Amino acid sequence: MKVKKMDENLKEEIAGLDRVGFDTKGETKRSGSFLVADDTTTESESKEETLVVMPISFALQVYDWVKDLLFSLVDREKDEYTKEVASKKELVGSFTYVKEGAKIEAPFQSCFFLHGQGFRQVLHNIIVLEPNSELNIITGCATGNLVSVGSHIAVTEMFVRKGAHLTYTMIHDWGSKAVVYPRAAIDVEEGAIFTSNYIALTQVKEIQSNPIAYLSDKASAKFNSIIYGKDGSSFDMGAKGILKGENASCEIVSRVASKNCKVILRAYIEGNGKNTRGHTECNGLLLDDKSSVTAIPELKANNIDTELSHEASIGKIAGEQLNYLMSRGLDEETARALLIRGFLEKGIDGLPESLKKKVDKLIEIAASSESV
Amino acid sequence: MSDSKTKGALLEVKNLTVEVVGKRLLRGIDMIVKEGETHVVFGPNGSGKTTLVNAIMGLPEYKVVEGDILFRGDSILDWSLTERARAGIGLAFQHPPVVEGVSLGVLLKTIVPDEKTSGEIVKKAHMEDYLEREINVGFSGGERKKDELLQLLAQAPQLVMFDEPDSGVDVDSIKLMVGIIRKLLQKNKPIRERKNSGIIVTHSGVILEEIHADKGYVIVNGKLLCSGPPLDIFDQVKNYGFERCIKEAHESEKDG
Repeated sequence: MKVKKMDENLKEEIAGLDRVGFDTKGETKRSGSFLVADDTTTESESKEETLVVMPISFALQVYDWVKDLLFSLVDREKDEYTKEVASKKELVGSFTYVKEGAKIEAPFQSCFFLHGQGFRQVLHNIIVLEPNSELNIITGCATGNLVSVGSHIAVTEMFVRKGAHLTYTMIHDWGSKAVVYPRAAIDVEEGAIFTSNYIALTQVKEIQSNPIAYLSDKASAKFNSIIYGKDGSSFDMGAKGILKGENASCEIVSRVASKNCKVILRAYIEGNGKNTRGHTECNGLLLDDKSSVTAIPELKANNIDTELSHEASIGKIAGEQLNYLMSRGLDEETARALLIRGFLEKGIDGLPESLKKKVDKLIEIAASSESV
Repeated sequence: MSDSKTKGALLEVKNLTVEVVGKRLLRGIDMIVKEGETHVVFGPNGSGKTTLVNAIMGLPEYKVVEGDILFRGDSILDWSLTERARAGIGLAFQHPPVVEGVSLGVLLKTIVPDEKTSGEIVKKAHMEDYLEREINVGFSGGERKKDELLQLLAQAPQLVMFDEPDSGVDVDSIKLMVGIIRKLLQKNKPIRERKNSGIIVTHSGVILEEIHADKGYVIVNGKLLCSGPPLDIFDQVKNYGFERCIKEAHESEKDG
């Protein structure tokens, strides 16, 4: 369903959202699309009978049980941003619902777009995958060409029911003065799988995100982040895995290259259930003296049968590698770009096949445009 | 800086003294490599052979504290690594580093953008299966050496330096590698048509059985002790080790 007509300028800007994985030209197969520009839902469409896509405000009218999901995973009192979302009388955001047993092959795409200068976008999103269903979501978040100042505040609650599999990929392209505060939580039920891929390769003033996954018996979660922070950006990123059930597992892997950027990478895993496993890994690459990368891994074992581990490394580009490439005739800028690209691309392995090429290209562009 | 040039010389090394982190590793080395010539540098491990080729290549930690290096008659001491490589100096490293995340295919594409040319080079080196692999990650010693030669084929330098090209290479691969080295040095062309020159660093000299060289040197403790026909030097080293060369050098020093 087309929810609201777009003005011409917005149409043009939306056509350029391919950069965050939102295909408006029909070049790649999608099972559905959802787009919010500022606080207006401009697209909400599903091509599958087993996939329901609608604005959250509609869903609250259609399904009785949706209201019970709001703030069932994220504490509405958690901070000023969750309180702001909770205070909204008219909810804006997406509702994505996959019916039991449905395995939806083509990715579903959503986009949260800041179109108006200085706009404060406040969203509440709900995603529900019924038992044994599968969905691959690509979410692009971006600001328009004329927008430098803006805020994005969102609460996203995801319910991955028994045996279901949700892959949630988020590609960010915010402006130099955009502030971004997503608050997300995921309930991963028995035997379910949750995979999160986060890609941010451009400027943002400040972003703070630390989603939390609650894992039941035999559930697993993986958080994979690729960040190229630059030009005065500030990233405070992380993930938490609470291993409640037996044989639950969680992995948090981050790769960050930082150029004139402050990055904090948090990773918290708590092992409560029997035979649970958790691992965090952080690799940081500092590209100048104005950058800093802080890795904060935290492991808490509450059960004698939990195995938790972490590894972290932060360093600069190896002179030996740079010299080696330059000895083949590459200038320093090109050699550095190749090494930055190589460093970030090591994180691609965990991405869905359909996204690898796209992200590879994004990394190539990001690394070659501003490498030195 | 030098004020004299040798006619026909592609490379002139004059009284070259090199330090690494304040430690003097080469002292007063002289050598002239003319167009089309191949020279061989012998010496025991740690004698300064690698320092010589690394200093010519221009690796930043190798500081020239005295002397000069001329390439096609121009001093290159102020040239960067990139400038030297682009001017036509190439080096097959003895221990090339691992470059995680960068595939061999991506590097080749950067050196030789033309796909047809790079495709032919890859075929020549039998490295079609390596293009997707990260450079030197999990490569055996022999694979690394082969990869070095592949990159040199792509770079196509006029002065080609090989640092221990045959060490760690199995018998089956030697033939292929010798073929590539011969190509890089234009050994298949008539002598007067050869423009490319080579410096082969070796501690064993076995490769000389396959690749003919014009002149040999022995470097011990950072000093060039003797030079002459490479096969004669190779025979001496094989039969008497480096001691005879060291002894002869001492005696000639005594004789004044």
